[in-house]
Amino acid sequence: MGRAVNEASGRFRPGDRVRVRFEDRPGHIRTPWYVRGKSGWVERVYGDFHNPESLAYGGDGLPTRTLYLVAFNQADVFGAAEAPKDKVLVDIYEHWLDPAA
Amino acid sequence: MARGHHDVGGLPGAGPVDQTEHVLSDWEILADAVNQALTARGIKRTDEMRRAREEMDSATYRDMTYYERWIASIETILIEKKILTKEEIDRRLAAFEKKWGEP
Repeated sequence: MGRAVNEASGRFRPGDRVRVRFEDRPGHIRTPWYVRGKSGWVERVYGDFHNPESLAYGGDGLPTRTLYLVAFNQADVFGAAEAPKDKVLVDIYEHWLDPAA
Repeated sequence: MARGHHDVGGLPGAGPVDQTEHVLSDWEILADAVNQALTARGIKRTDEMRRAREEMDSATYRDMTYYERWIASIETILIEKKILTKEEIDRRLAAFEKKWGEP
């Protein structure tokens, strides 16, 4: 993911509930299909990074985006889980996240 | 749109990830070296390489091995940035094939 350009300026903090946007559009997208539309919580805040969706097309990656480690319950992502206590951890940029109850 | 051909996480029937080690061919090591040199010179970015692989024809993508995808995406980006032309690459390939025989 490269290097953070500065400390996180994002809206979410560890423990905040979030829902991944279900967007289906062309472009270089780092949010895996299997978590789109799923709800989880912020596990860690990495910092602000150049936006890969822009870098991928020769852009300057600005504005920067805050990157989070987002955790999901295994069952919420893949349905019935073989190991119910397992979590799925995914790096997700802030513009793919909405606050969730 | 639907999910891209690279975005296979969680697809049913994919089976477990093959984690066995294998010996790299010389050309695969060379592909890695070329990739690192182009990055070090600031000629291309990882994100551009990924995007080139994502935009490939899906059947071609699936048929290629890991490093075949790498060199295909390097070629795409070098042509896109007008550093090499398709003709230059093809001409050089033909010369190599003449010298060393068909792969």
